[in-house]
Amino acid sequence: MAAVVDTLRLTAEDALGLVKRREISPAELHAAYLDAIGERDGELHAYLRTCEQPSGESIPIALKDVISTKGVETTAGSKILSGYVPVFDATVAARCKAAGLTLLGKTNTDEFAMGSSTENSAWGPSRNPWDPTLVPGGSGGGTSAAVSAGLAPWGLGSDTGGSIKQPSALCGNVGLRPTYGTVSRYGVVAFASSLDQVGPVAKTVRDVALLYSIIAGRDPLDSTTVELPEPVELPAGERLDGLRIGVPKQIESLAAIEMGVRSAFEHALELARDLGAELGECDLPTSYRYGMPCYYLIAPAEASSNLARYDGARFGPRSEAATYREMVERTRDEGFGPEPKRRIMLGTYALSAGYFDAFYGQAQKVRTLLIQEHREALSRFDVIATPTSPTVAFPLGDKAADPLAMYACDLLTIPSCLAGLPGLSIPCGLSDGLPVGLQLLGAQFGENTLFRAGQVLEQAIGFDTVPERLR
Amino acid sequence: MTWEPVIGLEIHVQLKTRTKMFCRCAAGFGAGENTQTCPVCLGFPGALPVVNRRAVEWAVLLGLALGCEIPGQAVFSRKNYFYPDLPKGYQISQYDLPSCVNGNMILPTASGDRVIGIVRAHLEEDAAKTVHVGGRSGRIGGADVSLVDYNRGGTPLVEIVTAPDLRSADEAKRFLQLLRQTIVELGLSDAEMEKGTLRVDANVSVRPSGSDELRTRTEIKNMNSFNFIARGIEAEVERQVAVWEAGGEVRQETYDFDAASGTLTARRAKEAADDYRYFLPESPAARIRRIEPALDLERATVLVTGGLDRLWDETVAAGADGVAAANVIANALVGAGVEIDAVAPAELARLVEARDRIPRAALDEAIVKLAEPGFSADPYVAQEAVSDTSELEPIVDAILAANPGQVGAYRGGKEGLLGYFVGQVMKETQGRANARVVSELVRSKLEL
Amino acid sequence: MAISKEEVLHVARLARLALTEDEVERLTEELDAILDAVGIVGELDLADVPPTSHPLDLVNVWDEDEPRESLSLDEVFANAPARDGDLFRVPPTA
Repeated sequence: MAAVVDTLRLTAEDALGLVKRREISPAELHAAYLDAIGERDGELHAYLRTCEQPSGESIPIALKDVISTKGVETTAGSKILSGYVPVFDATVAARCKAAGLTLLGKTNTDEFAMGSSTENSAWGPSRNPWDPTLVPGGSGGGTSAAVSAGLAPWGLGSDTGGSIKQPSALCGNVGLRPTYGTVSRYGVVAFASSLDQVGPVAKTVRDVALLYSIIAGRDPLDSTTVELPEPVELPAGERLDGLRIGVPKQIESLAAIEMGVRSAFEHALELARDLGAELGECDLPTSYRYGMPCYYLIAPAEASSNLARYDGARFGPRSEAATYREMVERTRDEGFGPEPKRRIMLGTYALSAGYFDAFYGQAQKVRTLLIQEHREALSRFDVIATPTSPTVAFPLGDKAADPLAMYACDLLTIPSCLAGLPGLSIPCGLSDGLPVGLQLLGAQFGENTLFRAGQVLEQAIGFDTVPERLR
Repeated sequence: MTWEPVIGLEIHVQLKTRTKMFCRCAAGFGAGENTQTCPVCLGFPGALPVVNRRAVEWAVLLGLALGCEIPGQAVFSRKNYFYPDLPKGYQISQYDLPSCVNGNMILPTASGDRVIGIVRAHLEEDAAKTVHVGGRSGRIGGADVSLVDYNRGGTPLVEIVTAPDLRSADEAKRFLQLLRQTIVELGLSDAEMEKGTLRVDANVSVRPSGSDELRTRTEIKNMNSFNFIARGIEAEVERQVAVWEAGGEVRQETYDFDAASGTLTARRAKEAADDYRYFLPESPAARIRRIEPALDLERATVLVTGGLDRLWDETVAAGADGVAAANVIANALVGAGVEIDAVAPAELARLVEARDRIPRAALDEAIVKLAEPGFSADPYVAQEAVSDTSELEPIVDAILAANPGQVGAYRGGKEGLLGYFVGQVMKETQGRANARVVSELVRSKLEL
Repeated sequence: MAISKEEVLHVARLARLALTEDEVERLTEELDAILDAVGIVGELDLADVPPTSHPLDLVNVWDEDEPRESLSLDEVFANAPARDGDLFRVPPTA
């Protein structure tokens, strides 16, 4: 008889323990999650598809639908990849497999990971387990909703400007966007190559660190990867003595940050100080005024090139036409939804002759400033702390008609992404009953510092990751 | 009036590496259609390119054989356009930072040696092979379907661009024969026109003999033997001369040469050159202009053309003075043969900053070791304080006075405490004191 | 206006998007607003700042010239919309 597991509360670490001690079999655990999905995913739509049979000898994992999985349809949330079944595994999927992890299913995403609410998925939005009238954030809303609602012990997302950290904040889980270059993107549907990173989402910092240790490191198939300079440490601390935490002085005057978010953030800072951390003020003068504009030039420019391969010639659906050119134009018009089209257009424009220097070229220079000011701040502090998202989860449809309002969701996550730096989001409290995320940013390859700080704060905050309505 | 042809050539050489440019699919002829393909060269979602080392080495080798300069940095860019033989929607190609620039090849002629300039030679990936089937003539114009074999897609190519230095169809032909021989002898390509491993496009214009103007040129493609090249160029030269002599204007167009009829057919206008979108790294000229204000034109040019400006940028970003950094990099580092790419800018910046205060020998030694893994400027910049014992003495005195317990213990035999005192002095001086001098000073005081 | 309808149509042609009339109208409006918002990067005088194309500087990352197995034809064509023998079929390019 299978042990009864409460998937809502089960951490990946605990699940691994149960399997290791043979208190539950991998198949029983897989079945327990499928049961939970059957029970709750009708409402949440975290998954685009699930895998009925467990494939490994360890615990399950959910993968965002931008990650190629051999033999399992991978659409990146887009109609243009409808029915596309990869013949190869992304390196991160292969590494999960090699670790014995079982693919539970593919989670929903904004189309090509472009969005902050998962409403841009061609397959319909996901919903927030804390309140299904609200968005789970995006683009990785599917993974975060799944982890939050006990539909997966952990999962992988991808983050270009906040797509792991922001939904983690809005759903009350822990998410890591790793240092650029530490995790392979081979087989991950590309959005913006100089920004895309794959990273873990889970209920605890230790789970996130553990999953990061499974996926990180040099991949010969991705020339932009490096070996980690030091092994991943599973954090187990109790104090923050000596940890220097910098808070950007710009945070105080950012009107976009909601009061409830601000007070949960400040409460977390007080706890950090009580635990021995030294708090100080840092200065990121360029980040919050020019980070978002810079990002929305660079990311679409790269996307316009990365999305050129979707032409209906070799894979995916095709709109028939009399000539190749017409076939490509119709396939792309019918296959891409509004947000990819918007970004392809914006990016093509920014790269085109006559506008290159004013837009893309200038954005590349702003990026240099962002890197320099983060480097300067992180030479004086071990960690930079900000709220992850300026707001808590918002109602479906609230920002869908206003691209700029949606883009503003990533105000606080974008600058460090442009700088290639790691960021960890942990839940730090509730505002009107909805989770608030604390973003901890570190130096290049500074994941272990983030894990140590995050885990101590997580203990002190004592956030209950199970949504109130599901308790 | 007599007319002089002005001819430049663009030559594509398919390298005979074992594998493709950006994936490890076998390259070469004879395999079944689409059997030498993988996610990378089919452009499947998420696939990523990995550079073929041998292709890079061979491109450099060919460049050296053509007397080219090999810049310290070459960069691959994306050339974006749509065509079924281009599976990613862009071709990966070296654009403004090619592997080889500014070469030349000597072409012996009856009237002496002619020097034919090589503007550049760069690496790129070949397109796939498209066959057009059905229709009136089997050619593109009337095809019913196009069929694509991706085996050739992604094979490494070197594109060689000559200066417009050739003056006749015959000279162009003989230049190509000589170039082909050079390539074959290097062993890096079969360079056979019939197989398409050597492909040539010609840019042709004419001008009145004796003038040095450059008139509108046309491009001729699809010539698959040396003889056809000569005939194609001749035909185009005749055509242009006739146009000018009839009082007309030569227009910028691309022609296909049809060997069977010996005629040229104009191609449909394609997207203007401006409409290809590149991911441009900053051009060398732009870089010179950017850094010039902090230096001067001469220094800026030396840095950029020497492939030194990236290190300079980073060294200045790390806090070094611009002119001083330029001098140290362009003179001392280059003179010492330091591997520029391996230098840590932050450490270099510290040396630049300290260069007038530390002994010359220390600076020289530091520069030689700059590129060593884990190099630290610490031991070198620390030597600046050697002459400042008078400055250190009061600090040492104060620290000894503040730690009577430890002083007693030391004098009582705990000599290991020396390090503690030295550490305190270093802390007090923020690491600027010479540890050896401090150590001696402390010891002499304690042993009084 | 940061961008005209004609420019939108030109960019759509470059990007191979056969937009409907409605899409062109909507995108012209949206791109105009977005370009206004992102155009503030032009406020900064960055003449002496070098551009960053990549946040991690790596050089000479390559692989040896040793062949590895290609895909099987079944895998090559597993997702192909149209196959003709062992070739990919597309409508004529002209």
